Amino acid sequence: MEQLLHILPQSLLDGLTLGFVYAMVALGYTMIYGVMELINFAHSEVFMVGAFAGTEMLLFLQSRGYLGTMPAPVALIVALMAGILMSGTLGVLIERIAYRPIRYAPRLVPFISAIGVSFFLQDAVRLIEGLWKNAFYLTAPSLFTSVITITPGLRVPAKSLIVILAALIMMLALNIFVTRSKWGKAIRAVAQDKETASLMSINVNSVIALTFFVGGGMGGAAGTLFATQYSLIDPYIGFILGIKAFTAAVLGGIGSIPGAMVGGLLLGILESTGIVILGFATHGAIGIEYKDVLAFVILIIILIFKPGGILGEEVREKV
Amino acid sequence: MQLRCKSLTFFLMAALVLVVVGLVVTGCAPKANVIKVATVTPLSGSQAAVGESIKLGAQIAVEEQKDAFTKLGFALQLDPQDDQADPKVGVDVAQKLIADKEVLGVDGHYNSGVAIPASEVYKTDNLTEVSPANTNPKVTDRKYLDVNRICARDDEQGPFGADYAFNTLKAKNIYIVDDKTTYGAGVAQQFEARAKADGATILGHDGITAGETDFSAVLDKAGSAKPDLLYFGGMFPEGSLLLKQMRDKGINATFMGADGMDDPQMAKIAGNDVIGAYYTTAAGDINSTPEGKAWADKYTKEFNQQPGAYAVYGYDSMNVLLDGIKKAIADNGGKAPSRLQVSQAVRATKDFQGISSKVTFDDKGDNLYAMLFMKEYKTADYPPAVIQSGTAGQYLQK
Repeated sequence: MEQLLHILPQSLLDGLTLGFVYAMVALGYTMIYGVMELINFAHSEVFMVGAFAGTEMLLFLQSRGYLGTMPAPVALIVALMAGILMSGTLGVLIERIAYRPIRYAPRLVPFISAIGVSFFLQDAVRLIEGLWKNAFYLTAPSLFTSVITITPGLRVPAKSLIVILAALIMMLALNIFVTRSKWGKAIRAVAQDKETASLMSINVNSVIALTFFVGGGMGGAAGTLFATQYSLIDPYIGFILGIKAFTAAVLGGIGSIPGAMVGGLLLGILESTGIVILGFATHGAIGIEYKDVLAFVILIIILIFKPGGILGEEVREKV
Repeated sequence: MQLRCKSLTFFLMAALVLVVVGLVVTGCAPKANVIKVATVTPLSGSQAAVGESIKLGAQIAVEEQKDAFTKLGFALQLDPQDDQADPKVGVDVAQKLIADKEVLGVDGHYNSGVAIPASEVYKTDNLTEVSPANTNPKVTDRKYLDVNRICARDDEQGPFGADYAFNTLKAKNIYIVDDKTTYGAGVAQQFEARAKADGATILGHDGITAGETDFSAVLDKAGSAKPDLLYFGGMFPEGSLLLKQMRDKGINATFMGADGMDDPQMAKIAGNDVIGAYYTTAAGDINSTPEGKAWADKYTKEFNQQPGAYAVYGYDSMNVLLDGIKKAIADNGGKAPSRLQVSQAVRATKDFQGISSKVTFDDKGDNLYAMLFMKEYKTADYPPAVIQSGTAGQYLQK
C-alpha cells in the first residue's frame, strides 16, 4: 500500500501528460465529425505529418545553430507554427481531394477513402524522409531538459509541464474561437444544418475547409508536442495514438469539443494510473501489459450507461 | 441494347483473361539457364532499414558470384522480396517464390515470426532457406531439411545475457520487460529462467505493446521495485525509448537488451543515456577483422551508407546458399539441380569461411560456429564495443 501511494502522484502526472496529447488529437476527430458526420481516419496521419514538420523545423534550427542561441519557448513556438501550418494545410487538401468529391456518397465510401489517404501518407512520409535523410526515424532535439524533483518519488520533467501548458492554451484558444468568433459561429451553424446555413449566405465549402484546417492544425500541434515529449517519431506513430484519440473522442461524446478534452484526459489517466492500482490490488497478477484492456473495459462500461459519451448528451450543440 | 452491352463486356473480359493468362504462361516458361535466388526481408514498414541492409549485403554476394555462375552456364539473378515484417505477407511471398521454378534458394527472413509460417510453405517443395537473423529456437527445432540459419539462437542469447548480468555485473535484483512478441517474450523468458537458476531475484516481469511510445506506467512500477538491472526483450524503437524514459525518471538500474537493440538508431534515440547500456547480439563487430573491415568499406562505397549489423549476415547467408547451389550443380553433372538437391547440399555445408563466422550446419540447420557477443556503449556512438564473446552452442541447455 505504501508503495502504491509512492507511485500514485507520478503515475497521475504521466497520465495527465499523455491525456493532453490524446485530447488534442481527439479534437480533430470530434470537430470534423461535428461538421461532416465523418470519422476522418486519416487524422492520425495528419498528426504524424505535424510531428515530422515540427521536428524538421527544430532540426533545421539546430543545423543552422539558432537552436542553441534562441530561448527554448521561442523555438517551440516556431516548431509549433510549422506543425500547425503543415497539418492544417494537409487537412484542407485531404478534404478537397479525398472527401469533397464523394461528400454525398453513402457513408462507408468516405471511410474507405480515409483509410486510403492514411496508407498513402504513411508511405509518402517514409519515402520522402528515406530519400532525404536515408532513415525514416527522426529524433527531435531536446528543448526542455530540466527536471523538478518535488519528492524522491515525484519528478516533474519540464517538458511534461510544457506539453500540458501548451495544450491548455491551445484548447482554450480553440474554445474561444468556436464560441465567440464569427467564423466559429459559421462552423457551428454548418454543423447543425448545412442547407439552412447555406441559405443564410454561409459558404459551406469554405467553412468545411476551415474546420479541416483548424482540426488538422490541432493535430499538427499535438504532433509537435508529442515529438518534443517522446523525441522519437516514425511514419507509423499515428496508428495506435489515433485509435486512442478516436476512442477518447467517442468517450467524451463525439462532436463535442469539451467532450474530447474530458475523454482524452480520462483515457490517459485510466491507462497509466488504473493499471497500477489494479496491479497492486491483485498482488501483481494483472501486469502492466493489460493497461489497454483495463482502459477499454472501463470505456465499454461507461458507454453502456451513457451511449452518447460523457458530454455527448448534455451539450446539444455540435461542432 | 442491354444484351449487347452485356455481351460486349463479356467479350472484353474474355479478351482480358486471355491476355493475362498468356502473360503468366510466357512469364513462367522455364528458361533452363536462369537461376534465381531470393532475399525476403522487410523492405517497407518500420523495420525496412535493416531489411534493406540484408538485401544489399546479399546483392554484393550475387554480383561477386555472377561470373562464376556464367562459367557454369547459368545466369544468376537476385529476386528481392518484401515481407513487410508481416507473417501474412511472408506466406504470400513464399507461395509466389514456390511457384517460380527458377528460384532455388531464399536468403531470409529477418523476423522469426514471419520465417516460421513461411517455412511451412517452402517445405512443400524443399525450397532451401538460409536465415541471416532468425534467432527463435522454433525456426530450426522443427528439423526441416530446408531451414538453416547462420546466427545464434534466442535460447542461447537469453542465458548468455543472464550469466553476464549475474556473474560479471553482479546484478542480484532484476526487473524484466518484454514486448509480447514471439521474439521479445521468448528471449526474455530464457533470460528469466537462467537468471533464476543463477540465483538472481526477479522483481517483476511486465509487457509493453510494440508501437507505443509512452512507457511511464511500466516504469513507475519497475522503478518503485528498485532493481539493479532492467532487462528488455524487444526491438530498438521501444527499447531505446524505454531506456531514455527510465533515465528521465531517475531510475539508475543498468539496462540490458538483446539483439533487437542492435541498431544505429538506439544511440540517436536515447542520446547520452545510452552510455552504460548493454545488449547481447548474434552480430559481431564487423570492423574487428581485416576482412570484415574491407567488406564494410566495400559496402559503404557501393551504397553510400554504413552497413547495418545484419548486412554481413545477409552476405554470408547468400554465399552459403550459392556455395550449396554450385555443389548441387556439380553433383548433378553440370545441369540445373532440383530444389531438394540444393537443400541437401546446403545442409551439408561444412567449414564454410564467411566474413562474420565459419559455417557448419548441424542436423537441425543451426550453425555450430555461431557466436554471441555482449556489447556495451562506452560512448554514445554506434556500434558499441564488444566486451565479451562466446560460442553460442555452450549456452544451450546447460
